[in-house]
Amino acid sequence: MSDLHTVNKSPFEKNSLDTCLRLSKAGSSILLYEDGVYAALAGTSASEKITGALADRKVYVLEPDFRARGLKADRLIEGVEMVDYAGFVDLVDACSKVQAWV
Amino acid sequence: MSDKKQFMFLNRRAPYGTIYAWESLEVVLIAAAFEQAVSLAFIDDGVYQLVTGQDTTGIGMKNFSPTYKTLGDYEVRHMYVDKDSLEARGLSVDDLVVVPWEDWETEETVDNIVEVVDSAKLAELLEESDVVFSF
Repeated sequence: MSDLHTVNKSPFEKNSLDTCLRLSKAGSSILLYEDGVYAALAGTSASEKITGALADRKVYVLEPDFRARGLKADRLIEGVEMVDYAGFVDLVDACSKVQAWV
Repeated sequence: MSDKKQFMFLNRRAPYGTIYAWESLEVVLIAAAFEQAVSLAFIDDGVYQLVTGQDTTGIGMKNFSPTYKTLGDYEVRHMYVDKDSLEARGLSVDDLVVVPWEDWETEETVDNIVEVVDSAKLAELLEESDVVFSF
């Protein structure tokens, strides 16, 4: 079973996402929540980080945090999956452990 | 010398992930109540504070974004948005809140006090300010 990596910091403000992407292995899953959701948007200076990760990892974004910030689903990077709180729990359950990049 | 000072509120954080955005808004309203000349600048992730369509029902936090629309009524005359920060995030002025302003005495009106400015202009505005509050 693979790990679930969580990122809750903006990619424009902190390097949490960079380090997560550098140290997470192929086949693992990444969940973006709180200010981490900004990384899931297409057309930004950080978009390439996620499109690159999607080549060998799964990327999820927590919908309540995404909506709270006024972000639109049609601007989500293709391949990123939206999950709700129950989906978050399912991811945790399906992975061997959770590695938080705070 | 006038007692009225030029206050600049520098907002550099996204809403909800931290308390900075909300705290700034609280202090802006207090400063405006004391009849100071209040301007706001939105830089870096601070530009996200002005994005329309925020819906916090799923995260159990107060959606304070409607307050920005009313700042003109509190005599806030300028809301500057950093062009580079906006572009780096794939945003344009169309994604941001519109804030009207009206002078009650002269009836002068401004349709939208939200203004996108470049770095040179921002640097000038910051230097011209008497006090800069950083959030």
